[in-house]
Amino acid sequence: MIAFILRRLAVAIPTLLVLVIISFILMKLAPGNPFIGEKTVPQAVLDNIYARYGLDKPEWQQLLEYVYNVVFRFDFGPSFQYRDRTVNDIIAQGFPVTFTYGAWAFLVATLVGVALGVVAAVRQNSWLDYLSVGFTVGAQVIPNFVMAPILVLVFTLWLRWLPGGGWNNGNWTNVIMPVIALATSYLASIARITRSSMLEVLGSNYIRTARAKGLPNWQVIFGHALRPALLPVVSYLGPVFVGMVTGSVVIDLYFSTGGIGQAFVNSALNRDYSTILGITILLGALTIAANLVVDILYAWIDPKIQL
Amino acid sequence: MKNNKIVGAVALAAALLGATMLSGPSFAANVPADAKLASEQVFKYRVLDNINAIDPQIVEDVDTSSVVRSLFEGLYNSGADGEPVPGTAESYTVNADNTVYTFKIRDTAKWSNGDPVTAGDFVYAWQRAVDPATASNYAYFVGLVGVVNADDIVAGKTPVTDLGVKAIDDKTLEVTLGFSSPWFIRTLSHATLFPAPKAVIEAKGIDWTKAENIVSNGAYTLTENTPGERVVAKRNPNYWDNEHTVIEEVQWLTINDENQGLTRWRAGEVDQTDVPAGQYPALEAELPNETYSVPQFCTYYFSVNMTDKQPNPALADVKVREALSLAIDRDVIVNGVLQGGQLAAYSFTHPLTAGFTVPEIPASKMTQAERDAKAVELMTAAGYGKDKPLTINYIYNTSEAHKKIATVVSQMWQEKLGVTLNLADMEFQTLLDTRHSKTYELARNAWCGDYNEASTFLSLLDSKSEQNDQGYANADVDKWLGESKTAADPNVQYTEIEAQAVKDVPIMPIYFYAKVFMQKTNVKGWPFDDVEQNWYAKDLYKVAE
Repeated sequence: MIAFILRRLAVAIPTLLVLVIISFILMKLAPGNPFIGEKTVPQAVLDNIYARYGLDKPEWQQLLEYVYNVVFRFDFGPSFQYRDRTVNDIIAQGFPVTFTYGAWAFLVATLVGVALGVVAAVRQNSWLDYLSVGFTVGAQVIPNFVMAPILVLVFTLWLRWLPGGGWNNGNWTNVIMPVIALATSYLASIARITRSSMLEVLGSNYIRTARAKGLPNWQVIFGHALRPALLPVVSYLGPVFVGMVTGSVVIDLYFSTGGIGQAFVNSALNRDYSTILGITILLGALTIAANLVVDILYAWIDPKIQL
Repeated sequence: MKNNKIVGAVALAAALLGATMLSGPSFAANVPADAKLASEQVFKYRVLDNINAIDPQIVEDVDTSSVVRSLFEGLYNSGADGEPVPGTAESYTVNADNTVYTFKIRDTAKWSNGDPVTAGDFVYAWQRAVDPATASNYAYFVGLVGVVNADDIVAGKTPVTDLGVKAIDDKTLEVTLGFSSPWFIRTLSHATLFPAPKAVIEAKGIDWTKAENIVSNGAYTLTENTPGERVVAKRNPNYWDNEHTVIEEVQWLTINDENQGLTRWRAGEVDQTDVPAGQYPALEAELPNETYSVPQFCTYYFSVNMTDKQPNPALADVKVREALSLAIDRDVIVNGVLQGGQLAAYSFTHPLTAGFTVPEIPASKMTQAERDAKAVELMTAAGYGKDKPLTINYIYNTSEAHKKIATVVSQMWQEKLGVTLNLADMEFQTLLDTRHSKTYELARNAWCGDYNEASTFLSLLDSKSEQNDQGYANADVDKWLGESKTAADPNVQYTEIEAQAVKDVPIMPIYFYAKVFMQKTNVKGWPFDDVEQNWYAKDLYKVAE
């Protein structure tokens, strides 16, 4: 196990490096300039700005210096767009926000999704199953950019219970709607995967054996069926977790949370090179970590899998 | 639309000409004696995007400038009608040829930490703006308004100490300009020329604008800055005119989506928000007392590539350009597409620019039928028509509003002239790049004035201007622009330039912007008459309802 983790981490470093290099090249290839908006600036001014941010150096040197600063000083450099802020500042401010509502959404989606899926499978073809399937189909076809305005319309404009946006230092009233809007469609997917996987397991021979032994139903389900049934769910959860905690762009923009997803999109649109790179590395590292956790969970759930 | 909503700005530039000593009443929240103030004085303003750098010498965008204007104060502010009113300076004198301005800084002007604001703070700030090490995008602004040696300092040819600004003593600031500028006072409400706290900047570096470090001299001090969410500022007890400030707290709330902005405005979460495109007529009917349309200091236009790189030979023919411009029915665009109180544009400079008289543009006096007839005539003379159709490629950045305008224009040209307009939308940065490299045929463009004087628009037609995306070069225009800087009445030259631009058609003006917004009825003191819409939280107040 330890050897497996070390091996995976050893692969992670070159993977991240390749990610940085490819992102850097793609970014430089994109037309546009981080310092020019609708108003162009005189060449002398642009030269000063380039000198200030080291963009006057050859590009291979910029890349090397960037990698050096990230690896040895954990410094992602100054933001080109937010001129009084560093990329470290931007991540430090935005990531906790998205992590908070993302983690809550992940928790809600997983717990409710798995519960719904299990209930539907165990009571297949009952009204509970129909209700669950109906709900999940409905939830899955409503994308979050539709869900968010509906929530705001109901809870902000009609009922006046919750603020329609903002973060307010993570006050629970500001967190609820982003969590619901983000969780809904994931929840539906998780419920549907759980249901079909559970049905398959419940039809297998060893479950029939368990029932034949006279085990009570709850013990058959929770003791024998659930764990193997969760395998496909767990492999789905890895990327979902990363997707959720790194921020849904739609949620960030719609609820103006100040999260990292918003910073990511803005930096891409404004060619804020250093911020794009910083967040890309963060996302890359999180993806690698989440995949590692999923693999470890696999081995724990199914002893047949050797790491 | 009601006429009283379209508030006109009054041009008073002449009043400033030749003044030798000007001091006037300062401007503050002008609360009538019988007004009953609301118990909660918090103004919540919706901003479209993140608030960028809250650094006077770095700030570039309009929304962040509104934050900086509340936190810092320049020598002069813009009053309710956009005319300059004393700010940190209580008065100024100017020499006979408008090249040396001497400002008297208020004895009562203080920084938020209690230190007095000195002439040296302005010298430091202005030098900082042009210092190559600061690398400000707006470094050129100091030279643009005429301060001696600014451009050479930006270019690294001269040390910053050579800048034409000096502290005669702690309370006297002398500015030397490289050309005669009767409108210099009008440029002082621009953030680039605000003072900066040297000690804090040197001690904290890039972190100086963080809420825990910042020291400012405006009516408010920063208490929170969460990018992408909100900026909060509270009243500054050390501000010299604090006794006239009414609003206790200002919040700039980022709401990226216009419709979401409207929803939150309806829910009472923000006091002001922009009207989403196309919704003005409906909102005006539903909430007439809270829906506003005021002129905004910007012009929307099509740029024609005038260089040798123009891929489309037809556009090199002035007859074709004129025909295309004439065939655009601006009334349909402003009344049918935009529907927000925008004004049809037949010339470049905004008509409400202070001291500027819009010259007689023949096309603006014709009916659209006459314009269309002339357009067909010109196209035929140029050798194009339904039997020899012309195809033009038009580029714009992705946006519903730009797309609608492009579509409508393409239909007009197709029907009237048989011209096929191929529309290509692209990302904003790509559009800027393409426009700047002059590889396009026809492109969307827009310009908002930096200060309230016609040169802020017309200097774009200078063949050497960086903003001249058209690559338009006319020796007469360049000459007139040069002459206008020393002319007693620059309108003579401005009229010539506008007329020449109409003749040469490097641009096709479409419309003048309107700021279309919703504002709660209890908010008072908004500068509706300022075409630049430079609002100051200190001038606002909320009444009890």
